[in-house]
Amino acid sequence: MDNHPLINCIAVCSDSGCLSGGGEAVRTALVAALERKGLAQQVEVRATGCFGFCEQGPIIITRPDQTFYVRVKPQDADAIVTQHILGGKIIDRLLYRDAAGVKLPTTEGMGFYAKQRRRILRRVGEIDPEQIDHYLATDGYRALEKALKTMTPESVADEVERSGLRGRGGAGFPTGRKWRMARIAPSNSKEMAGRKFVICNADEGDPGAFMNRSLLEGDPHAVLEGLILAGYAVGAQQGYVYIRAEYPRAVRKIEKAIRQAYERGFLGKNILASGFDFDVETRLGAGAFVCGEETALLQSIEGRRGNPTPRPPFPAQKGLWGCPTTINNVETLANAAPIVLYGADWLNSTGTETSKGTKTFALAGKVRNTGLIEVPLGISLREVIYEIGGGIQNDKTFKLVQIGGPSGGCVPAEHIDKPLDYESLRALGAMVGSGGLVVMDEDNCAVDVAHYFLSFIQAESCGKCPPCRLGTLQMLHILDRIRQGEGEAEDLNRLLTLADAIQKGSLCGLGQTAPNPVLTTLRYFRHEYEAHVIEKRCPGRVCKSLITYSVQSDRCNGCTLCARACPAEAILGDLKQPHSIVIEKCLRCGACLDACNRDAILVN
Amino acid sequence: MVLAALQAVQDAHGYLSPESVQAIAEYLGVSQNEAYGVASFYAQFKFIRPGRHAVKVCQGTACHVRRSDLVLEAFERELGIENGQTTADGEFSLERVACFGCCALAPVVVVDEDVHARVRMTGVKRLLKKYTGTGRSSEKLVASESDN
Ligand SMILES: Cc1cc2nc3c(=O)[nH]c(=O)nc-3n(C[C@H](O)[C@H](O)[C@H](O)COP(=O)(O)O)c2cc1C
Ligand code: FES
Repeated sequence: MDNHPLINCIAVCSDSGCLSGGGEAVRTALVAALERKGLAQQVEVRATGCFGFCEQGPIIITRPDQTFYVRVKPQDADAIVTQHILGGKIIDRLLYRDAAGVKLPTTEGMGFYAKQRRRILRRVGEIDPEQIDHYLATDGYRALEKALKTMTPESVADEVERSGLRGRGGAGFPTGRKWRMARIAPSNSKEMAGRKFVICNADEGDPGAFMNRSLLEGDPHAVLEGLILAGYAVGAQQGYVYIRAEYPRAVRKIEKAIRQAYERGFLGKNILASGFDFDVETRLGAGAFVCGEETALLQSIEGRRGNPTPRPPFPAQKGLWGCPTTINNVETLANAAPIVLYGADWLNSTGTETSKGTKTFALAGKVRNTGLIEVPLGISLREVIYEIGGGIQNDKTFKLVQIGGPSGGCVPAEHIDKPLDYESLRALGAMVGSGGLVVMDEDNCAVDVAHYFLSFIQAESCGKCPPCRLGTLQMLHILDRIRQGEGEAEDLNRLLTLADAIQKGSLCGLGQTAPNPVLTTLRYFRHEYEAHVIEKRCPGRVCKSLITYSVQSDRCNGCTLCARACPAEAILGDLKQPHSIVIEKCLRCGACLDACNRDAILVN
Repeated sequence: MVLAALQAVQDAHGYLSPESVQAIAEYLGVSQNEAYGVASFYAQFKFIRPGRHAVKVCQGTACHVRRSDLVLEAFERELGIENGQTTADGEFSLERVACFGCCALAPVVVVDEDVHARVRMTGVKRLLKKYTGTGRSSEKLVASESDN
């Protein structure tokens, strides 16, 4: 048998996202299919990080020809091996089809990728993240070598400051300056004089974002190298990766990377014979949003409840066990190695005047193309939503995009041409945050969205500051009332008054930003609030007390699907006769809407 | 380290019984009050015995805008329990969680280790049926749109 494979590698996305769509089964099936053809030695099946286009998952890419197959099933494996790998014929039915119906064999020409700049994610989807040699072969740990052999800690911090890098975890503080502050801070706590710490914040508490997780799963060494560089710049001996326990795969990957780095001498004593000693351990978060806040995070690492503490003293002065401590986000740290290795220009050649570089975002919600994206800061929201995101699903109308999670805010359609950068978003009342971008359409309700975030925050408030603990509860009661059609005109002003008190009277960022989702929706969608309060109407047709379900008799063919789906037995009608809904019995649960395939259920 | 001890015990038992919290407190020489204070602060800790199958319904932002609230209600109705409870026969426990990190597949439901993507209300009954009377599943049931 002369088997000449034309392909030497099949990259299979093994990120949590694709795995859940069946990626693991696809990978096993490919390995088995190759074995059957005796190709196991010649063709590598590589488990990589996320390609980003999660909507189309599971995705595989063949190399070197870069064919991009989408929604692959295990039963496609034999065809891929015989037709493509041996026969050189691309399998048409597995190609991505764009909005115009054109089939595209590679990412070339895909709207989803055209405006992206995959720089932080350059290895994600390329390398096997569990192989340190893959990382080393792509300039891995060369920045560390350069720093330890040719640069002082000060010049590392200087280079990062010159690049203009700002924190990717929320506040956007200049990273180089943060490192310098911790470097010059004296460490004189009683038990631990001379000690300093650096922490990678991988808590990613925003309940609609997964960029940090994907980066940690797809290129863990890049984050680790950044943490070691931060340790060197700051003068720390110990680093921690504080990561959510809800991300088991990411935890495994970073822990494996840490072990490999010890084995190769990038961690431990006398790293690369430079005299620099540095250790790293993981600490698992236990599901508390506030622990992403830096002072609460410190409490949690010390093993206590994650209650924030007043600043000053700032962590850079007195952090873990009273020692100077630097806390940086996962993505911030991943920027460090390329800046040190290639120079400040690597970062500041992209972006805007004050927002340099690229940023990853988790694009989700009602856009056609959801997934993980990386774009130059300063790109417009329109480009993100309509070009990368491919526009709104089912040709509905765009209403708003929620940016920055519970501390962020909503940006309405009229500001869709604004650039995505730190200053513009802040001016709009939102924030870059860590990178959640959730797009909503005409079927979403602004009041409901505000209620959603506020109930999240209210539950996550640590309870220490009364304005945050009680104020958010009062705001929630008011929003509940409005959603139930029992709101009063004065309620809108009450919300504003409470918001002001909470912002002013809270210790930490959680409380200070808690009212943002309410404030931005009130600012841009006051008319929707008024529709609920005055007209007792929910324009997004979401709030249950303000909507009714009915059957459009001209569309209903009496198939009985809805009646069988209804849990309340509220739908009457004979077979092949138009049905009707008994409003008094209706739970507004949406089951009939879901069941009907003739679009005959009307919500008003 | 109260937190690390609680995590280790929950990992082993699946939840924290009053006896185990007491034992941890004694072992570490802290008050039970303090141990509970830490445990109740973090959402990870459970105080009731979980069912044979753990049903977790995502209520993250991306899932919420694709109406995961209605999906959760459908599970509550079907199982006759509320979020945070376990059915009387010990078969299922129901829990809401914030974001599994596969928001592109919203709304997402995780049963044991299986991720079910784009779950529809009308598929809830069938989805549960797959698990009823089976032991804790170890192999991955592959879920797809048509599947649930
Ligand atoms: C309530 C709250 C939650 C936060 N959650 C996170 C988080 O999950 N990840 C993160 O990196 N930063 C989070 N932050 C921001 C951190 O406090 C801190 O500013 C950040 O980790 C600093 O890193 P950077 O300078 O690299 O951005 C949160 C802040 C607040 C107030
Ligand atoms: S919001 Fe449900 S998986 Fe992220």
